[in-house]
Formats: sequence, C-alpha cells, structure tokens
Amino acid sequence: MLQPAEWEIIALSLKVSGVAIGTSLPLAYGLAWLLARGRFPGKLLLDALVHLPLVLPPVVTGWLLLIAFGATGPVGGWLERSLGFSLMFRWTGAALASAIMALPLMVRAMRLSIEAIDRRLEQAARTLGAGPWRCFWTVSLPLSVPGVLAAAVLGFARSLGEFGATITFVSNIPGETRTLPLAIYAALQLPGGDAMVTRLALVSVALSLAALVASEWLVRRGWGGSPRDGT
Amino acid sequence: MALEVDVTLRRGDRMIAARCTVAPAGITALFGPSGAGKTSVLDAIAGLVRPTTGQIAIDGTVLFDSARGIDLPPEQRRCGYVFQDLRLFPHRRVRDNLLYAWRRLAPSERWLSPDEAIGFLGLGGLLERLPATLSGGEAQRVAIGRALLSAPRFLALDEPLSSLDHARRDEILRVIERIRDELRLPILYVTHDPAEISRLAATVVAVGPLPGS
Repeated sequence: MLQPAEWEIIALSLKVSGVAIGTSLPLAYGLAWLLARGRFPGKLLLDALVHLPLVLPPVVTGWLLLIAFGATGPVGGWLERSLGFSLMFRWTGAALASAIMALPLMVRAMRLSIEAIDRRLEQAARTLGAGPWRCFWTVSLPLSVPGVLAAAVLGFARSLGEFGATITFVSNIPGETRTLPLAIYAALQLPGGDAMVTRLALVSVALSLAALVASEWLVRRGWGGSPRDGT
Repeated sequence: MALEVDVTLRRGDRMIAARCTVAPAGITALFGPSGAGKTSVLDAIAGLVRPTTGQIAIDGTVLFDSARGIDLPPEQRRCGYVFQDLRLFPHRRVRDNLLYAWRRLAPSERWLSPDEAIGFLGLGGLLERLPATLSGGEAQRVAIGRALLSAPRFLALDEPLSSLDHARRDEILRVIERIRDELRLPILYVTHDPAEISRLAATVVAVGPLPGS
C-alpha cells in the first residue's frame, strides 16, 4: 500500500530523528543535570535559552541556524574550513534542526527525573566508599533512566514532526532533507497528491501515538521504592 | 580502634553539641529524645553534614578537624552507616546491594567475606530479591550486611529497631549482640529507648541542645 518513495521518506525521517536524538541525548542530560542540581549565576538565563526553541517561531530558529551554520556563519565557516564539512542542505542539518527543536522537551523530562532521584540513596553510596562519579554512574544515572528513556521517545516523536526550522535551514530536498512533514507539505502542493498525503499522515499519526504510549509507559514503570521509604 | 567525637553542629536554628569516645569494642549509645539531633551527629561523623566546630578522629586518623581545615569526604571515612530509613538501592538486587562497597575494596582492606556476612546475617535465601520485596527485618539485616561488607572502621546504627515489630526487634538485637561480641568493632548506636541500652549493655552518651542556645 505504501509506495517505495514513501518508504524512503519514512526511512529518512527515522534516520534524521534517530541521529538527532541519539547525539543530543547526552547534551540534554548534562543540561538537565545542571538545571536540576547546579547553583550558578546565569542559571535562569540558561534555563530560558534551553526553552527558547519551544516558544520561538520555528522559522526563526531555522533562520538562526542558517546564520550560524551557513557557509559564512561563525560555526558553519569554521566547520567548513577545519573539517571540510557542511550541514547546509544535508540530512545532517535536518538532524541538527530537529535536535534543537526537541531539546527543551527532552531537558524537561530528564530534569524531572533527576529532581526525583532520592538524594538519600546518593548519600548512602558515598558512605559506602563511592566517590561522586561512581555514585553518579551506579545510583543517580540508573535511577533516572526511566526519565531518560521517556525523554528520548518524546524527543524522537517531536523530531519526527519537525517542519519549520528544518525547511528554513536545509530546505525541502527529496531524498536528503524531505522528511515526513516536509513530504506531506510537498504532496499537498501537487495536483493529485491527496492519496499520498493521506497515507503519510496516517503513518505520522501511528508513529506519534506509539511514541506517546511508550513514553507514558516508561514514566509509570519507574523503579520500585525501598520497603521502608519515607519512614 | 577508638572513635573520638567532639563537635558542635547547627541544626535549623539550634546548636547541638556531642562529645564522646566510642570504645574499640562494645556499644556506645547516643541517647536522647526524638528531635534531639542524634541523627545529625551520625551524619556529621559519616561526613554527610559539616559540623561548625570540633574534631572527629578514629585511631589516629583525623576525619574532621575544623581548626586544621580537615574534612574527609564520606567515601574516605569508612563509616559503616546503617541509616534509620535503610536506603537500600531499589534498582539493585540484595546481592549487589551487599557487594556495592566490597567490590571496590582493596583485598588488604577487606576483613569480612561476603560468605561470612551472608551466613552471619542469614541472608542466603534473599540474594536475588529486590529490596522492595523484603520484609522490614530482612531489609534491616541486608542494610547491616552492606555496611559491614564496606570494611568499616566503625559501625553507626541509627534506631535500627524503630520500625520493626516485637519479634523482629529481638532478631535484630541478637544480630547486633553478635556483631558486638564477635567482630570487635566500635559501634555507635542511636536510640531513644532506655530498654535497648540496658539490654545491649551500652555506654551512654547524652545528646541534646547546647546549653544557652
């Protein structure tokens, strides 16, 4: 029922979103940790910056990316000169755009799970000879894993739907940057594209629903509390 | 090894003073009414709370000295702290809880083997269980085992009987008596119950607010 070209669009979308979330996950966790635990001047500003893509018109985010990562932009120019590497009009650029758009959602979900870590358990780990790093790897991180997974799924779903920043930053190139929403938009412009729009829209609904259900399930699962918690 | 404590610490808007020498073997009880700050004193000894002034030392090793600016982090104090709320790691099985500290110890530091501890505390049947599935008495024994297997210089027990029913209390008291008699380890025991003190033949140290604060 789906045409080969449509399967390609879905595969490209999954690749863009997968790479976007996979690479931004550690950064999102670091930011979430800083916002949950850090005490430093400018925390409010960092919080606002992280959340900016959530409230900014996506086309503005895309334009800012264009300025920063364009061939003459501060980051894009440097990438081009030192690594011979450009994100412009490439699927990697689409991944960057959707990662930035998904970041606030991921940071929020992770921050909640980091704030929910029982710090008494971290204290217990320290008295048992674990330094701050071992305490993090063996207690804090495992206890926040459900939140991390939920954030990843949520971010993945958000990233699959990314439209404005992507089309502004890397345009709508078939086979390179034409992800699901962009393909639906393109098909809408074509006479007789209705059937394709319907099929791709149904795929979008199915993927988004699956992601939401998965994320909710991960959040509820959590870990069992200790038997005498809260006495 | 004797543990020597002489600290003052702030708790909310009150100052607490604690001064005691915990004998190399046998039980020293920190005794006082609820809210007197007994747990804060244990937290200070374990390095989780920073006293305002004073010294904490065990057998020549200074853990804390405000005058000399020494404040060892908790992981270097080797304090076998059994928390009142136990704090077993909920995501790790009993076996991994027990071995959490032991696995990272240098062989020369270990003075108790897991097999000994498991036999001693009767934990053989619980190793594959998650903490959430344990009864109060079982969880208490696991917490004591986890602390003992960290090769501590001393043991700090915070109201270990407080949430147990009568039968379980006796079971845990017998375990504590065996630790006292067989392991020869300084034990600091927090309680507000005079009956526990007389049963364990403990030396008593009163904890309360600093006069005039």
